[in-house]
Amino acid sequence: MAARRESSAAPKTSARKESAEAARERQARPLPQGLDQIIHDRTRLAIVSALAATETLSFTDLRTITGTTDGNLSVHARRLEDAGYLLCEKRFAGRTPRTEYRLSAAGKRAFEKYLDHMDAIIKATRKK
Amino acid sequence: MSRRAGEPAAVSFGEHAEESLHFIRRAMERSSTFTAVPGLGGAGMGVVGLAAAVLAARQGSAQAWLAVWLAAAGAAFAVGITAMWRKAARSGAPIAGPTGRRFATSLGAPLVAGAVLTWGVWMHGDRALIPALWLLLYGTGVLAGGVFSVAAVRLLGVALMALGVAALATPAAWGDVWLGLGFGGLHFGFGLYIARRHGG
Repeated sequence: MAARRESSAAPKTSARKESAEAARERQARPLPQGLDQIIHDRTRLAIVSALAATETLSFTDLRTITGTTDGNLSVHARRLEDAGYLLCEKRFAGRTPRTEYRLSAAGKRAFEKYLDHMDAIIKATRKK
Repeated sequence: MSRRAGEPAAVSFGEHAEESLHFIRRAMERSSTFTAVPGLGGAGMGVVGLAAAVLAARQGSAQAWLAVWLAAAGAAFAVGITAMWRKAARSGAPIAGPTGRRFATSLGAPLVAGAVLTWGVWMHGDRALIPALWLLLYGTGVLAGGVFSVAAVRLLGVALMALGVAALATPAAWGDVWLGLGFGGLHFGFGLYIARRHGG
């Protein structure tokens, strides 16, 4: 549940369409056991999903895609980095600093495992 | 999506899992479409633009000059759209998704305006304005479409518009130079850059 509480600052695009009531309801639900709580957070899930679809994204592009703020993206990207799911490369293009993100092998595996987990839950609930 | 009291938690988990998969699909679609701008396709469009500039400069009549550029526009469009389609298909993203539609509308509106204005300017016999008009309106479209894509696309739009201004401020005889630099050089350079950063 602790990981859920961190997701109060949700991304603004697709999650932007989610009503505040729906977000509160989603956050109030219990988490299935064994679920990767690092990825499960909505902002981090948006980051990982966006990077799973393309090789590399700059901080600016990732911010636009996820529709989140600079601060929020930094915090959640750092959390993913600390978990070893995200690789961050900082460099300079002329005098402008650029930050590039991509998924690590562990991040790709964790994302696939998360998808499998979701798939298994759906199949299990449909059998009932 | 609300769960009625008394229903097992598994039902809620199932709903939640489906909701999560929808969320993931939308995020992946957004990301794929966002980066679906053609890299090598853009470079290919640049090659077409450069060839057109060389060919058009050698034409003896205004009609032949216009025919070369219109044919080049058609060829470049085909190269670009095919490359975008293939790139989006490789990543499994629908190019006609919401982001793709917004990109197409933003790019398409100035292009339609450009086509109409080209006809109007041509009818008034003022061919000298055409290079600036094309570069400015195409740059506007690329800049507007770039709002839904990677930053390099917006930068390309600004650079094209700058060349449009240059075309207005310089003698009409330089028109093919600016068009070659814009539709050729800029497309080629930005195409290679995008291919390196975001794939072909």
